[in-house]
Amino acid sequence: MNASRRKVLSRPYLRTNLRPSQLAAAALVTTASLGFSAQVLAEDPIKVGILHSLSGTMAISESTLKDTVEMLIEQQNEQGGLLGRQLEAVVVDPASNWPLFAERARELLAQHEVDVVFGNWTSVSRKAVLPVFEELNGLLFYPVQYEGEESSENVFYTGAAPNQQAIPAVEYLLNEVGVERWVLAGTDYVYPRTTNRILEAFLKEEHGVADDDIMINYTPFGHSDWQNIVAEIRRFGSEGKKTAVVSTINGDANVPFYRELANQGIDAADIPVVAFSVGEQELSGIDTAPLVGHLAAWNYFMSVDTDENYDFIDAWIDYTGDEEAVTNDPMEAHYIGFNMWAEAVRKAGTTDVDAIKEAIIGVTVPNLTGGYAAMMPNHHITKPVLIGEVQDNGQFDIVWQTPSTVAGDAWSDYLPGSRDLIADWRAPMRCGNFNVATGSCGGSTAAEEAEAALAE
Amino acid sequence: MRIFPLPWPVAVKASAGSAAGRPSRCLALLILLLSLCLTAGAAQAQSSEAGDDAAALELLEALDVASYPAKGEAIDAIVQSDDPRARDWLSALLDGRLQRTDDGRFVVVLDNRGREWPVEDALSGEALGEMSRRELDRIGINNALRNQLRSAIAVVDLYSADLALRRASAERLLGEVDADLAEPLAGVIEQEEDRRVRARLTQALAIHRLEQGEVDAVADLKGSLHPRVRVALNRAVMGDDPVVADAAQAALNSIEQNLRINRGLETLYFGLSLGSVLVLAAIGLAITFGVMGVINMAHGELIMLGAYTTWAMQQLLPGQPGLALILSIPAGFMVAALAGIAIERGVIQFLKGRPLETLLATFGISLILQQLVRTGISPLNRTVITPEWMSGSLVINDALSLTLNRMYVLGFALVVFAGLMLVMRRTRLGLEVRAVTQNRAMARSMGIRATRVDILTFALGSGVAGLAGVALSQLTNVGPNLGQNYIIDSFMVVVFGGVGNLWGTLVAGLSLGVINQVLEPWAGAVLAKIIVLVFIILFIQKRPRGLFPQKGRAAEG
Repeated sequence: MNASRRKVLSRPYLRTNLRPSQLAAAALVTTASLGFSAQVLAEDPIKVGILHSLSGTMAISESTLKDTVEMLIEQQNEQGGLLGRQLEAVVVDPASNWPLFAERARELLAQHEVDVVFGNWTSVSRKAVLPVFEELNGLLFYPVQYEGEESSENVFYTGAAPNQQAIPAVEYLLNEVGVERWVLAGTDYVYPRTTNRILEAFLKEEHGVADDDIMINYTPFGHSDWQNIVAEIRRFGSEGKKTAVVSTINGDANVPFYRELANQGIDAADIPVVAFSVGEQELSGIDTAPLVGHLAAWNYFMSVDTDENYDFIDAWIDYTGDEEAVTNDPMEAHYIGFNMWAEAVRKAGTTDVDAIKEAIIGVTVPNLTGGYAAMMPNHHITKPVLIGEVQDNGQFDIVWQTPSTVAGDAWSDYLPGSRDLIADWRAPMRCGNFNVATGSCGGSTAAEEAEAALAE
Repeated sequence: MRIFPLPWPVAVKASAGSAAGRPSRCLALLILLLSLCLTAGAAQAQSSEAGDDAAALELLEALDVASYPAKGEAIDAIVQSDDPRARDWLSALLDGRLQRTDDGRFVVVLDNRGREWPVEDALSGEALGEMSRRELDRIGINNALRNQLRSAIAVVDLYSADLALRRASAERLLGEVDADLAEPLAGVIEQEEDRRVRARLTQALAIHRLEQGEVDAVADLKGSLHPRVRVALNRAVMGDDPVVADAAQAALNSIEQNLRINRGLETLYFGLSLGSVLVLAAIGLAITFGVMGVINMAHGELIMLGAYTTWAMQQLLPGQPGLALILSIPAGFMVAALAGIAIERGVIQFLKGRPLETLLATFGISLILQQLVRTGISPLNRTVITPEWMSGSLVINDALSLTLNRMYVLGFALVVFAGLMLVMRRTRLGLEVRAVTQNRAMARSMGIRATRVDILTFALGSGVAGLAGVALSQLTNVGPNLGQNYIIDSFMVVVFGGVGNLWGTLVAGLSLGVINQVLEPWAGAVLAKIIVLVFIILFIQKRPRGLFPQKGRAAEG
C-alpha cells in the first residue's frame, strides 16, 4: 500500500474531551436538588433504536450486539444520560428476515420516532433498510466489516471497509509470509464476491500474480461437507509455492471447514487461512485446538493489551454475568459508534438528525486498541488493522498491525467502476458517489440497490 | 536460586573446553552443535546447576524482543545450547505457553482458559500457583517462527529414544534438509533401526541430493507419492542438467499415474462419507415418513436434540470427551425418542390421515423447538469436542489418507442401518409395525394394539434421528439451526430411495453422496447441489415411487 492510500490521521480533528464532559454531566445529576432531577426525569428520554436479529440464523451473531448497545446505554445513563436526558433503548426483532428489516426500520423511525439506530449485520439487510433511512431521514450506525462500494448520507459505517481489512491482510501475507499462491474461498453472496473481486484485481494488477496462482471457490450458506474443497486446496498448495487461503466463508460454515483442514493434516504453518468473518464469538463455538496458527484480520481483538479494553471486557462480563463471555470486533465498532454519536449530540446540543450529521464529521473518540477513531467525511472511520493468530484458548495473538490508523475508503481503488468515485458529506459537496473524472454526483441509488439485493 | 551474572552462557564455555572469549563464541557453538549431534541420545544431559540458570535466563531473555527475526536467532541459540530444558522451552514457546511475568520471571502456563492461569517457573520447574492474565506477557510467535520451531524440535527429536517422536521428526524433515543437516543425517540413517524412519530419512536426504544434481538420488524417490517429493522432481525437470531432468521426468510419470488412481479412491471415500451422513439423517425419517406415512417436519430438530445431548454429556463429564460421546449414543437415542413420543401423543395422533395439517403442525413444532433451544440454552453454537481417537486421519499412503471422524461416522451409519434392519425383520415389534402399516384394520382385528405400535414406531424413528445428531455433532455445528440444514436432504433421500424401503434409503443416500462429490470438483459446490436436485426432480418424474418402489397391495393403500 503506498503512502497516499493510507490516509494517516495527522490533522488534529476536533478532539473534544470525553471524560470531563461526562463527569460534568454526572456531577450535574448527582448534586442536583430533588426538584431538579424530577424535572430532568419529566423530560422525554432520548430513544435509541436497536435493529438486530434476535431470532433466526443471524441471532447467533447479532444478539450480542443488541446486548452491547443496551450495556452502553445503561453506562451512559449511570453517568447522567445525555443533555440531561435519560437514554431509552427501543428493541425490535427483524428475525434474520431481510425484507422485515425494512419494515422494522420504518417502525423504529416512524412509529417510535427514535433519534438514532444501531443495527444490521449482513450487507443485504443493510441494503434493504437504506431507502427507509434516507426517506425518513434517520441515523444508522452499521458495525460490521463490509464490502464497501457504498456511502449513504444517513449511514455511518463503523466496521471496516475492504481497505481496512482485506487489503492489509493480503499485504501482510505477501510481504511478511511470502505467499505466492492464493485461494480465495467464500460463501456465495455479495460480501465475499465483491471482496474477492477487489482482491483478485489487487493481486493481479498491483503484484503481478498469475491467473494460475489464484483459485476462487464459492460455497453455499452453511456448507458442511468440505472434503473435496479442502483436498483441492491441499493439492493446490503442494506444488512448491507458499500458499494461503483468504477466507470470506461466513459464520456457521467455518467450523466444518477448519475441522476438515485439521483432519486432512493441513497445518497453519503450511497453508495459513486468513479469515475476515471469524472472530472470538465464532471461535467460542469451536474446539479451537485444530485452528491454532490460522489468521484473522480485524480492527480489534479481545486480546488487545490496553486498560480501556480490559475495562470494557470486565464491564461486559459483569453485564452478561457470564465469566466466559467474549468481546469481538463489531462490539468495538458499536462502542466507537455509540461514543461518537454521544459526542456529536453533546457538540450539537441536540439530537436533531441533520445537526448530528453536521456535527459528527471530525469527531474523535478513543477506541479500545489504545488509539483514536475519527469520523471521516465519507461516513467511514479511521481504524488500525490487526492480524491475529488463533490460540488454543479461542483468543487471537496479535502478530502484526498497521503502524497507524487507516481511513476507511468507501469506493475501492481496484475496481474499474468505483476508481473515480469519492464520498464527502460535508458542504458544499454533500455526495456519496462523486465522480472526479466527470465532475458529477451520482446521487442516491438506495432504492435500486435495495431492490437488487432483495431480489437475489 | 542463585544467579551469577556471567557475560555468556556457562554451558558454552564448559563444553568448548577453554575460557573462550566473545569472538570465538560462534565457533564454540558450532563445535558444540556437532558434538551434540554425535553424542546426544547416548549421553544424558548434564544436570542443571545454578550457573546454568544464568545462561538459561539469558537465552530466554533473548526471546523477549519485539522483532520476529531476532526471536528466530534466539531460538537458534536455544537449539545450540545443550540445555536439557531446551526442548520443553521450545515446545512451550510453540504452544504460546512460555510467558513472562510483570517482574521479569519466565513461566510456563499450564492451562490458559479463564482469567486466572496456573503457571510454573520455566527455569526451576517449580509450581507458582495461579496468576492473572493481566500480569503475564506472552512471548508471541508467528507462523514463520512456528515452522522454525517445529524443524528445530524435529532435529532434536531425531535422536530421541521415543520411536513416535522419531517418526514425526522424520516426516517433518522431508524437504527441509540442508547442507548442514545432510552430513549428520547420513550417520543417523545408518544407525536407525525403524524401517519407516529410515525410509523417510533416506527420501529426505535424497531430495537434498537431487537439489545438488545427483542423478542416482532419483532412484530413492521413485514411487513416492509425497507432495514434497513431487515438488522436488518437478524442480529437477525444470533444471539445467538434461540427464537429471530425464530421470526425474520418468519417475514423475509413474507417480502421476499412481496419483490418479489414489485421487479416484479419495473421491469415492468422500462420496461414501457424505452419503453416510445423508443416510444417517434420513434413516429415522424413512421409518416415520416411509413406514408410518407421517410427514414430520420436526425431524431435523430431533437430530438437533441428539447433538445437544452430546454437548450436555460432555459438560457433565468434563475432560472425558470420548467417554461422553459413547454414552451419548444411548442418551441421544432416549432423549430424541422421548421427544418423539411427546410429539406423537401431543399432536400427531389427532391428525391421523390429514397430511397437510400434520405437515403444518410439525413445522410449527420445529420452530418451537428451535426457539426453545435459542432462549433456553443459547443462540450461539456449542462447542462439542472431538475425542483424540477421532481426530486426524488414517494414512494409507502419502497421497491417500482417510479422515478418521468421517470413517467412524460411515461405520456408525452402517451399524445403525444394520440394527434397524434387524429390528424390522427379526423382532416382534418389526413384525407388528409391518402388519399395522400394511393393513391397519386387519392387524387390529388380529389383536395387535395399533396405537401402541404407532407410539413405538415413532419413538424408534425419532430415536434414530437422535443417533444421527450424536454423529453429526462430530462433523458440523451444534446450534439451533442444525436440524434445518438436514431436513430437506432427509426428505430428498427418502423420496429418491423409495418411500417405505430402508434399503432404498441406504442406496439413495450413498449414491447421492458419491454423485455430489464426483460433480463437485468440476461444477463447484453450489452448482453440484443444484445439479443433484434437478437430477432428482427428473428421476421422480420418470419413477414417482423412487429407486425401490413398494410392490404389492401395501403400495396401493
